Amino acid sequence: MSAQRKDSPEKTFAEQMAAETGIDVRKCYQCGKCTAGCPMVPEMDYTPSQIMRLVQIGDREAALRSATIWYCASCLTCSTRCPQEVKIAEFMDALRERSLKAKKVNPRARKIIAFVKSFLGGIRRAGRVHEISMVMEYKTRARDLFSDVLLAPVMFVKGKLKLLGKPVKDRQAVARIFERTAGAK
Amino acid sequence: MATGYYPGCSLEGTAAEFDMSIRALAEALQLPLTEIEDWNCCGASAAHQTNHLLGLALPARTIALAAAQGMEEIVAPCAACSNRLIAAQAEWLDNSGLRGDIEHAIGMPLPAGRLPIRNCIEFLLPHIEKITAALRKPLTGKKVACYYGCLLVRPPKVVAFDDPENPVTMEKVAAATGAEAVDWGFRTECCGAAFAMSSTASVVRLCGRILDNARSEGAHMVIVACPLCHANLDMRQPKGMAMPIVYLSQLVGLAVGVAPKALGLGKHITPVAPALA
Amino acid sequence: MARIGVFVCWCGENIGRTVDCPKVAAEAAEFPGVVHSVDYKYMCSDPGQGLVKEAIREKKLTGVVVAACSPRMHESTFRRACAEAGLNPFLCEMANIREHCSWVHEDRGEATAKAVQLVRVMVEKVKRNEALFPIKVPVTKRALVIGGGIAGIQAALDIANGGKKVVLVEKEPSIGGHMAQLSETFPTLDCSQCILTPRMVEAATHPNITLHTYAEVESVSGFIGNFDVKIRLKARSVDIKKCTGCGLCAQKCPQKKIPSEFDEGLGMRTAIYTPFAQAVPNKPVIDRAHCTKFLNGKCGICQKICPVGAVDYTQEDTFIEEKVGAIVVATGYRLYDFRNGEKDYGIEGYGEYGYGQYKDVIDGLQFERLASASGPTGGEILRPSDGKPPEKVVFIKCVGSRDCAKGLSYCSKICCMYIAKHAMLYKHKVHHGTAYVFYMDIRAGGKSYDEFVRRAIEEDGAVYIRGRVSRIYKRGGKLVVVGADTLLGGTGGGRVEIEADLVVLATAMRPQYGIEALAQKLSISYDEYGFLSEAHPKLRPVETNTAGIFLAGACQGAKDIPEAVGQASGAAAKVLGLFSGDELEREPIVAHVNQSQCVGCFYCEQVCPYHAIEREEKRDKAGNLIARVAKVNAGLCQGCGACVATCRSNSIDLDGFSAEQVFSQIGGLK
Repeated sequence: MSAQRKDSPEKTFAEQMAAETGIDVRKCYQCGKCTAGCPMVPEMDYTPSQIMRLVQIGDREAALRSATIWYCASCLTCSTRCPQEVKIAEFMDALRERSLKAKKVNPRARKIIAFVKSFLGGIRRAGRVHEISMVMEYKTRARDLFSDVLLAPVMFVKGKLKLLGKPVKDRQAVARIFERTAGAK
Repeated sequence: MATGYYPGCSLEGTAAEFDMSIRALAEALQLPLTEIEDWNCCGASAAHQTNHLLGLALPARTIALAAAQGMEEIVAPCAACSNRLIAAQAEWLDNSGLRGDIEHAIGMPLPAGRLPIRNCIEFLLPHIEKITAALRKPLTGKKVACYYGCLLVRPPKVVAFDDPENPVTMEKVAAATGAEAVDWGFRTECCGAAFAMSSTASVVRLCGRILDNARSEGAHMVIVACPLCHANLDMRQPKGMAMPIVYLSQLVGLAVGVAPKALGLGKHITPVAPALA
Repeated sequence: MARIGVFVCWCGENIGRTVDCPKVAAEAAEFPGVVHSVDYKYMCSDPGQGLVKEAIREKKLTGVVVAACSPRMHESTFRRACAEAGLNPFLCEMANIREHCSWVHEDRGEATAKAVQLVRVMVEKVKRNEALFPIKVPVTKRALVIGGGIAGIQAALDIANGGKKVVLVEKEPSIGGHMAQLSETFPTLDCSQCILTPRMVEAATHPNITLHTYAEVESVSGFIGNFDVKIRLKARSVDIKKCTGCGLCAQKCPQKKIPSEFDEGLGMRTAIYTPFAQAVPNKPVIDRAHCTKFLNGKCGICQKICPVGAVDYTQEDTFIEEKVGAIVVATGYRLYDFRNGEKDYGIEGYGEYGYGQYKDVIDGLQFERLASASGPTGGEILRPSDGKPPEKVVFIKCVGSRDCAKGLSYCSKICCMYIAKHAMLYKHKVHHGTAYVFYMDIRAGGKSYDEFVRRAIEEDGAVYIRGRVSRIYKRGGKLVVVGADTLLGGTGGGRVEIEADLVVLATAMRPQYGIEALAQKLSISYDEYGFLSEAHPKLRPVETNTAGIFLAGACQGAKDIPEAVGQASGAAAKVLGLFSGDELEREPIVAHVNQSQCVGCFYCEQVCPYHAIEREEKRDKAGNLIARVAKVNAGLCQGCGACVATCRSNSIDLDGFSAEQVFSQIGGLK
């Protein structure tokens, strides 16, 4: 099974994730309370409880390739209400991170990743997010140039969009944070 | 006590009125705030969703700066910022193994203890008496739906703020203005947060449900304390909804007599002035 | 000279698979003092025991070591065999080479070496064993039953019908317990009151049963066969000898808006009241916390109206003392408080289900009252908020049960069945209505139970949805239940939203309030949830670890009526067995004080959990006090050894586990 890592064949995917994140998905008894409360389920290919199931049965491939992990809004409703105290939303973060590293990102996540990259790119460059630059970068990355074109002028008039951002003075310090956390688990 | 003010990126842009109203209100209530020098973005969900350590290090730099500048607490009105700051700090205090990695990444020492981090509601909650005493324009007769969203109350054990299922603090602050808080069912439901651009349809769907319920339970306006919630609810309303979305600081500011212009009441996409008149 | 026999058991494959039993026997044969050593497949079998008996007789053994399973399992078996062969049973010891060896080790060589060690230490011990003789204690042939629900009533009746006296104590004004509140009972749908009330009357009128209602156990001392119990009779404010139960007082009482405990707050009662019409005894009490007379001195109507002058505002709590030989605890259960959580236990409530702020979200017992002919609606299913019949009812299982986040990870066992019953009763009464049941699993493992659940689904049309509910909120007067059907996937992921008129939560079964305090009074233990602990989960399910105290019903764990009744009869059988002779035999494993060495510090008195240490005065011939020294009451001592470990002057020893024996065991390790 794809779940088995070569260097530690005795550890299942769930055990491996538990060791790395402290979140033990084996506690999940598939009650579905996470799915019931999840606002993003209509956008997902698997429900949150099904993602837990995929990890339980060791289907690493399907879990990392799912669209669900990208459509999680991190609203934490699932983690707050889980009767088994599984930190489901936090676990989605961990799956996303591994999905990116393993280059198994679901094609439906393209726009979401474009957004994340534009967002983080802005921080990396300026230490702060300048919304216009971020949105422009996102639109280029996502090849989504024409959405909300009518909203932008209104926002501009209302003073919600500023042409120039106020970057951090010590930009090197921020760039260093990105460098030094890049290879981390 | 030196209070560090951390506006965060949104308050410098789309949520300018949140920033304006916090500053104006702080002045009106004589609550001095000092902006943290050279603060950086908290990374929001984008950082922690894709790189755990980055999600800790970005807020860590701002907290370390605040401590180095002699701040004894931080007021972070943006719910996303306060949540990230609290969660990151909780994590390194809980797991001492992380401290070294984070300090290496930010090239600064972290404060040894816990630096209190207050969201917008916590900033105002201790001063209810002051608000009541300063009341110039009570909002009597206004029915408001207090909306907390996710990040103010979750994860409950980490943010340790109010009741995650039935919070009451925003209602308490709103009540001090004379407004009437309605009982409604979507106070802690998610608005779609960061999907504003990358999955706009989701946000429209989620905001629609929230606003429908607020309307059906009789609210004249929705009160928020988070720029992400505000942006989504204000800009992604279903046709014909026209529900004003007002920051808590704007509501209180208006009640204590701050000029509407200083509160940025004209900056909303969905107009708020008629409802507040 | 010691002549020890060693008998190594294979326990079929249980031991033999991992331990080389013939090798153990061969090595043991070489130990000093061992004159006989054999191994056998099943030592506990009749031929196995025969080997032991035969060797005792032929080899004139002075001690026996059986290397087999745990002494909890078969020590008594082999000691009996020894006694039959003429050897004092306390000269027989077990070396546990199963639980302590074969079951926990994998390597055959190492396991065998450990088994040899275990046998060697027991041989060293048994060489120093002395013949002991059971302690005889007299028995008071009267039993105390605490709790007058169905389990307590059953236990009391069984003991009473066995010809022995029973004192039955109930804290409420009437016996009957929760069963009296139920409408119909699964899986036969027979009327709960119809089958219970005759038993209540029988218990109250039985010549061998003394009933004290509105009473609580204040303190318990003594030991098996000889307990002294102090009972508090709470002030009823009504002389039950004079009272005829005419009910005039309750009719005229002006306080009529007190939420009725019996109706779970769905109905009202007066301040002077009997909990329900079929109460036993059918005599009222005054609830002083709500009575105007007690609150501000005014009123006094009930006293004026009472035709026999039974109302007495000056009554005070009184105490009576009872001597009993055995105690049955049957204090039952209560439901998890989903409204307030259980703050005393550090458990938060169910905020996502509204903390009970919605009137139309009720628990299982409240639904029973709605469905009961004796209930506040006369058996019509009407929702509490507006009294209308609900068109859609949602039942949610496992609320508080199987919930680690709430600290209650156990299954409450009865909910699957009563929810099926509720769905059925609802459909029988509101034909056009729909009953939805959110479940995680259906646990219907009982006689005719699964068939019953299938009937609710197939014949009565209850809609079962597999999933937990995330939250309940209000929208335009309806309760919106947000759940998931985990059997469905696809777009929407099986999310289900039901606009319900009434929601019934199957809240967890919890032990009664105050169980911890009662357990401490009785020196019995309880588990992390407060359920009382049985002596052995399989083989001694109705006994506690304190001799003479037995358990019946839901105080020991979640259970339904048939199980509670079965356990009650089991407890009664144990009590009757205990009462079958005039004296009891107790194991002589008790502590002894060497009084000439005792310095009278009485640290032992402080640590003894059984209050078995007494103070004795030593006097010379002239009657002058020389010393105060400790003495062990052998009747109370349970042989735990706490005093031995505490004694500063090494003056206490435990028979059967003397310091010499224990040190010889340690010395025997190689």
